[in-house]
Amino acid sequence: MSELPLTRNVRPDRSPTDLAAYEANGGYQGLRRAMAGMSPADCLEVVKDSNLRGRGGAGFPTGMKWSFVPMENVSPGHKYLICNADEMEPGTFKDRMLLECDPHQLIEGMILAAYTIGADVAYIFIRAEYLKAARLLREAIAEAKIRNYLGHDILGSGYSLAMHVHASAGRYICGEETALISSLEGKRANPRAKPPFPQVSGLWGRPTIVNNVETLCNIPHIIERGPEWFASLGRGDDAGTKLFGVSGRVNNPGCWEMPMGTTIREILEDKAGGMVAGYGLKGFLPGGGSTDFLVEEHLDLPMEYETIGKAGSRMGTGTMIVLDDKTCPVGFVKNLIEFFAQESCGFCTPCRDGLPWNAQVLDDIEEGRGTPEDLDTLEQHISYIGAIGNTHCALAPGAMEPLQSALKYFREDFQRHIDGGACPYREAH
Amino acid sequence: MPVIKVDGKDYEVAEGGNLLESCLGLGLDLPYFCWHPAMGSIGACRQCAVVQYQNEEDTRGRIVMACMTPVTDGAIFDLSGERASGFRQTVVESLMVDHPHDCPVCAEGGECHLQDMTVMTGHRDRHYRGTKKTYRNQYLGPLIHHEMNRCITCYRCTRFYRDYAGGTDLAALAAHDHVYFGRHREGTLESPFAGNLVEVCPTGVFTDKSLVHDYTRKWDLQSAPSVCTSCGVGCNTLPGERYGRLKRIHNRYNPAVNGYFLCDRGRFGGTHVNAESRIDFPAQRDSEGRFQALTDEACARALRDRLQGKRLAGIGSPRAGAEANLLLQRLVGAENYASGMADDEHALMQRALAHLVNSTAHNPSLREIESADAVLLLGEDLTHTAARTALALRQAVRNEAHRLAEELRLAPWQDAAIRNLAQDRRSPLHVVCAGSTDLDDIAAGHYRLVAADQARLASDIAAIIRGEARSDGAAARIAADLLAAERPLVLSGPGAGSAALLDGAAAIAEALVAAGKAAMLSFTAAECNSMGQALLCRDSHIALAALASTDAEVLIILENDLLRRLPMASVEALRARIPTWIGIDCLENDTLARCDLVLPAAAFTETEATYINQEGRAQRAFPTHPPAEARRPAWRWLLDLARAAGDRTLSGIGHFDDIGVTLAGEDPLLQGIASAAPDHSFRSRGLKIPRQPHRYSGRTAMRADVSVHEPRQTDDADSALAFSMEGSATTDRPGALLSYVWSPGWNSNQSLHKFQSEIGGALRGEGSGLRLLDSLAVAAATPAPLPEAFSRREQEWLLQARHHLFGSDELSRLGSGIEALTGRAAIYLHPEDASRLGLEAGDGAVIAGAALEVRLDPSQVPGSAGFSTGYPETLALRSGEWVNIDVASDWQRQPELIGSDRGAAS
Repeated sequence: MSELPLTRNVRPDRSPTDLAAYEANGGYQGLRRAMAGMSPADCLEVVKDSNLRGRGGAGFPTGMKWSFVPMENVSPGHKYLICNADEMEPGTFKDRMLLECDPHQLIEGMILAAYTIGADVAYIFIRAEYLKAARLLREAIAEAKIRNYLGHDILGSGYSLAMHVHASAGRYICGEETALISSLEGKRANPRAKPPFPQVSGLWGRPTIVNNVETLCNIPHIIERGPEWFASLGRGDDAGTKLFGVSGRVNNPGCWEMPMGTTIREILEDKAGGMVAGYGLKGFLPGGGSTDFLVEEHLDLPMEYETIGKAGSRMGTGTMIVLDDKTCPVGFVKNLIEFFAQESCGFCTPCRDGLPWNAQVLDDIEEGRGTPEDLDTLEQHISYIGAIGNTHCALAPGAMEPLQSALKYFREDFQRHIDGGACPYREAH
Repeated sequence: MPVIKVDGKDYEVAEGGNLLESCLGLGLDLPYFCWHPAMGSIGACRQCAVVQYQNEEDTRGRIVMACMTPVTDGAIFDLSGERASGFRQTVVESLMVDHPHDCPVCAEGGECHLQDMTVMTGHRDRHYRGTKKTYRNQYLGPLIHHEMNRCITCYRCTRFYRDYAGGTDLAALAAHDHVYFGRHREGTLESPFAGNLVEVCPTGVFTDKSLVHDYTRKWDLQSAPSVCTSCGVGCNTLPGERYGRLKRIHNRYNPAVNGYFLCDRGRFGGTHVNAESRIDFPAQRDSEGRFQALTDEACARALRDRLQGKRLAGIGSPRAGAEANLLLQRLVGAENYASGMADDEHALMQRALAHLVNSTAHNPSLREIESADAVLLLGEDLTHTAARTALALRQAVRNEAHRLAEELRLAPWQDAAIRNLAQDRRSPLHVVCAGSTDLDDIAAGHYRLVAADQARLASDIAAIIRGEARSDGAAARIAADLLAAERPLVLSGPGAGSAALLDGAAAIAEALVAAGKAAMLSFTAAECNSMGQALLCRDSHIALAALASTDAEVLIILENDLLRRLPMASVEALRARIPTWIGIDCLENDTLARCDLVLPAAAFTETEATYINQEGRAQRAFPTHPPAEARRPAWRWLLDLARAAGDRTLSGIGHFDDIGVTLAGEDPLLQGIASAAPDHSFRSRGLKIPRQPHRYSGRTAMRADVSVHEPRQTDDADSALAFSMEGSATTDRPGALLSYVWSPGWNSNQSLHKFQSEIGGALRGEGSGLRLLDSLAVAAATPAPLPEAFSRREQEWLLQARHHLFGSDELSRLGSGIEALTGRAAIYLHPEDASRLGLEAGDGAVIAGAALEVRLDPSQVPGSAGFSTGYPETLALRSGEWVNIDVASDWQRQPELIGSDRGAAS
């Protein structure tokens, strides 16, 4: 079995790893290595070469993102690193494991990332409900300060970094990096138009990098072990390992670290134990609530950014939601759209007023009040709301992904609702 | 200049703009909501979507928001194709999901941008079947009506209120499709610019409360280009009238002055013209002291009896137009003519004028004030003395943000991005004033000093800039900020009542010019024609105090309440000394009550007049409607007076323009005033310019209760405008004659862009107003002695005037809704001083016979006392006087109202 660096400190009982245990298991070696002789440019080169891609959902190459931060001729003032720990994507619970089981791994990764981009202040923007994780992080930060991994003149390198934990006030949209920044500034959590990108004008108008928890947790290992080692962890084109999760009517729902390129079937059958007896697989969202449905024919695809993209969906957070054959796909999609409509920040028209409209149409269909024209309305909204650029940020296009693919794969179910004037799945229960 | 392709046609467009403003500038109709020409782009409403193609080969293209898309050479756009227009229709349909179909009862109907845009997109059928959301509306004070159900969530209101105007009590609340624009709790909107929400909101969420209660649709309003008479800034306005009543005042765009926005004193104060206390008929005091109305004939006779062969003196007015003042000056002779300002204010205005004319620093327009990259504000709580200028300073401090944006190559219209980038980094503004001011929130430094110390500080700053002195205190910090700037502005005014302060301001500006800066120097003026009166009296003038020692037999008082200018005893002495007083004014006041003969003047909405603002800009106001009853423009009364007095020089004057023709001669000032606007012979396409829109309705019916015969329309021989819906209302008519803005498909004020040569730029027709000071010579002012530094006294307090936007101005305080906001006249004390006096907040204190409410203010300099200036109760108080303060014995404390009570009261 190949190496699984991210979860090597995760214990079966999920108890947290403290500083001593973290260090005993090789922790802070990456940081020591960097502080002892690597320049920020060296670190950037290593991360670039590692081909690490963002684990928050979009899969943007991390090294490239960092390289946009101005390092010279930058006007005096702070630069910021923000860890996006606002894990609120429906069906997603992977960062929670990293936060609760191994907080120092994240902190080490953040110190290295901050060092690379020249940030002197770092924030962990954490989901409000992750109370335990927030407490553990605060404790871990205090521990790290005592050992001079954080604070002034880290390990005698001359580099200093302050780190703070900020609990979100609780909006899904804060997971969008610019909305997160607005929220952190104390403003409405509205996303910002890009350009300018946060790398040049982010928190308080200063250069800022926002990275996902899992992304940052990879950094200490990459710095310590090098890009070739990291690339070798993946099975296919994508480097490293990934936390994959499964929820739904499977025998063993959960979250596991596996190599990039592991097939969906392996995740669903080997780890999640297959479908619960009496339930068949109808489809699944491969990367959280805002990704397109895939179906049985896709089971042997490897979980890789490009492959999943070509199949018509996105790898997203890598945490699957399984739709079984006894659950109404219309109700399933309606539930998701209602969530996203509720979580719209209310800034742009298609998202704010379009998503609730779709939820209303889906409610009509689900409750047997649907008309044939309703399918046209849904189709029209898919092109209206569903394209990036039509809306201010990616929330609404993401929200429409399950709907558009449900209409593609399960259109017959929608039609049966309309023709029969009732939800056909209700009788089955 | 870049060339872009829109719908297959090439267009040359201005560099650096966005596609939306470029399209609008080209005359292409592209619907929008959240973008505003003065506030830039944020990309919220998604209404201005177009399809952009990468190149000629690209057949798919992608939807982009025009307001967020820079125009670059060779860019290809599809504006009217199915995909773009289909998207825009769906956007409107989404907005309509919750919008009530209440246009027939909505005050915005007929000038609603949402109506216009809905029609423009071609959207017709609604498919949404769900219920509509409803909201609870809030009581937002006596000026603004709130109707949240109509909201389309474009964010313009909070962007204006918070981002542009610095307000804090209106916000976007809640989220998703429940976003609510209101206050945390009910209550009067605090911003003095809240009224602009009426024009900024693209639909009927925020409407003009007095208009709602006395309603007329825009198409039924008669309007004419006017000038605000509520302070010295001279904002351009469009009053709207029907049935002889002023219904509302809208902004009239003037790129050099007020741009797109007014203050609430100007917007709501004008309805004083509807007051019950208007004078309708000429009247003469009978033997029992009562006024008896006079017929025209009797009036003419009475004038002849009183004037013929008599020695005349006259008191002009800084709130009357230049022409009426000029006629009075000529009638009584310059040596017998007082400007009508209080003597100390007159001297300050003469000094300000001398500095403006003689300084090598530039005397800026309001637009130029916005370009300042460092500002020193001396002695003025500007938000209360010249509110629109304060709003300009709020833009000036953003120049640092624009500088930072330039480094990142962000275009100036990228509003949200620039605000996020700059955060609270601002160009420096230093405020020196006797107490806290409403600009302190954006000030780099504020210094609370009484007037004498303000002048001393100004003198120190000038000396440091000249290199003659050193210090490491406030003066040095201010000097350093001014010297670090390229276009520093020094702004002061008569508000502090200090001649040395004006000298100090001028000296600083002069020193900055000597240091190689493109420095600007500006002074406020208290009233709409204060600067005009300073100019008219620059060579000859009699002080009000000196009138009592003339041998005049008749005193003619033009639009002036002398009790606001002179102590009561002096007024009584003057009354006893001059046997005949003739008063011309529009509203009852204590001066008219002392007159023998009262002549009813047309209000500012009923007369043609030129007002000269603080910058020395002559601007013409035209009557919105003819005066009712026996009211007549003051200048006409003065011609009658001249005739009655047998004055021959004025007898050739028939209509308004003759005043200039007859009297200007070689005087550059009078020539300038005469040419402030096109004269009565101007024609557009051979026609006069209508005051009524072409949809003006009910012309034959609105007087049917009186007579079924349609009256002949009143001729306007005095101007190129007509009291009619007929004529030429082209979009290139001169700015001075812009009687209303309308364009096919654009019924709201957003049609303005059709009248502009570029978005936010000059009007297509010639500009409005004429700067006078650039070509005049005025003797330099003799330097005033630097006052002693302030030291407090044991039992006496030094009075310092506090100006209130709502209350300190004589007429606007009577405007509908404003009466409720003026509050009681107050005395402001430092809390420690108050406790020494045994006074608490809300108690009454007696100062020089006036009982005033005590307010505690830690920013009040200990030993000094601020007082609400311009209130009827405080007319006897003068800034700079030492007074005793006593506890008022039978004082009734103001009951504390809560929001819901106010709501019920309204």
